[in-house]
Amino acid sequence: MGRVEGKVAFITGGARGQGRSHAVRLAKEGADIIVVDLADHIPNIAYPSATEEDLAETVRQVEALDRRIIATKADVRDRGALKAAIDDGVAQLGKLDIVVANAGICVVEDWENTSVDVWDQTIGTNLTGVWNTVQLTSRHLIDNGGGSIIMTSSAAGIKGLPFLSAYVAAKHGVVGLMRAYATELAEYSVRVNTIHPTGVNTPMGEMGNAFGPLLEAHPTVGGMLANLLPIQATEPLDQSNAVLFLASDESRFITSLEMTVDAGNTQY
Amino acid sequence: MGRVDGKVAFITGAARGQGRSHALRLAQEGADIIAVDIAESIPGMDKFYPGATEEDLAETVRQVEALDRRIVATKADVRDYDALKSALDAGVAELGHVDIVSANAGIFAFGEQSQLVTDAEWEMVNDINAKGVWHTAKAVIPHLIEQGTGGSIILTSSTAGLKGTPNVVAYTASKHAVVGIMRTLALELAPHRIRVNTVHPTGVATDMILNEATFRLFMPDVEHPTKEQAAPIFETTNALPIPWVEPIDISNAVLFLASDEARYVTGTELKVDAGYTIK
Repeated sequence: MGRVEGKVAFITGGARGQGRSHAVRLAKEGADIIVVDLADHIPNIAYPSATEEDLAETVRQVEALDRRIIATKADVRDRGALKAAIDDGVAQLGKLDIVVANAGICVVEDWENTSVDVWDQTIGTNLTGVWNTVQLTSRHLIDNGGGSIIMTSSAAGIKGLPFLSAYVAAKHGVVGLMRAYATELAEYSVRVNTIHPTGVNTPMGEMGNAFGPLLEAHPTVGGMLANLLPIQATEPLDQSNAVLFLASDESRFITSLEMTVDAGNTQY
Repeated sequence: MGRVDGKVAFITGAARGQGRSHALRLAQEGADIIAVDIAESIPGMDKFYPGATEEDLAETVRQVEALDRRIVATKADVRDYDALKSALDAGVAELGHVDIVSANAGIFAFGEQSQLVTDAEWEMVNDINAKGVWHTAKAVIPHLIEQGTGGSIILTSSTAGLKGTPNVVAYTASKHAVVGIMRTLALELAPHRIRVNTVHPTGVATDMILNEATFRLFMPDVEHPTKEQAAPIFETTNALPIPWVEPIDISNAVLFLASDEARYVTGTELKVDAGYTIK
């Protein structure tokens, strides 16, 4: 018996990286999956964008586990497209139990060179996109008698990190959103929590190189990016194991938790 | 394959309640257990709720053995460092190693405004709930470092380790202290891949809260308040519509933190509080 047997999970940013890992981990433990991803070119980011082939690979991997998956190409900033993908997935799979608001982008720039485009794009995807996701799914969870919402924040949602001002603002915003939703949805037995990864070994992690020249110019803040445990980065599976715990009934009375999976990054 | 297969867990306060539940949950997932409990009435506590007994500790042993896991159980007080260390060392000698630590032993004394709490009560509560946790860590850390295979230390704090609780000053102070111990140990032990986290339960359905004295904290005018009368009042303290959680809910959090699923989780305050701290 899987740990989320018979549940249905909606995951944003599911084409690859953490999102795909969450889909596969939850499917292994018995969940069916509704997944969206922009799966298209994203301007301004210093790592490759996800593709439609990536999204198709997630579908293949979930189906190889004998679970059902409904995948749609949709931007979390586009409420119409997102709502259609959610409602269609719920109609096909019958209900919704778990929401993982995972889609996000990360652009490394110092304060002076952060453009309006990068600000709008980061807040739009990482914060407004999470709000779109939870506002458009919560009614489905309530109709199902309860559920679990997991929002992907970051170590940068708990403490400041250098050269990521838009990202830090958006990820702190996610914590505020989580707390607000936790208070409003508790009466319906809908739990709302965040996870806070440190660096994760994914395509997004490749942007780490962009820190180099900035850290050379500003060495005193370099330590803020380091982990306390002696590792460079976590694996997607480490984040997925936390998502699985929060998604399962093992955490049936956990709400409004900031779950760090950060190798101690926020401890100093 | 169990989620903590082949590991050994050291658990304090394991005779009943959450401690026994942790022992069973970890044993179900493949761990052997080193258990300690004071297993006798604690002077000054009888007015709140009865102490655990040697029979309780024997029952934990019976239930772990029924799962085909090994358990070394010793009657020991977490305030007595030498006794605690001897119990742990004997367990490690028999079971070979120790990987998981659940510093769970604690007492709940309450009911007086802060200015009325006696020194004796303050010391009893803080000696068990804070100093006992430090003793537990102090006894086990050399084993974990020497083994060189990392480890997971889980300290039981409380919602009262995150926010104030009127008329519960000694307990609240002791549970905040546990967070301070956790944060310090997380920093000191990370280079050894030893992770240190706290769990923060709301009310748990054990003897510690399901008793007349605790009910009276919420219903001072009722002479013999019952569980049925208490439930709706307890429920008002939580955001989720439940009066209290079950020991298994805390054990599931302990299991997650104990397992390699949480291999990069350290320094976390893991609330299992039904939203108590957001109200």
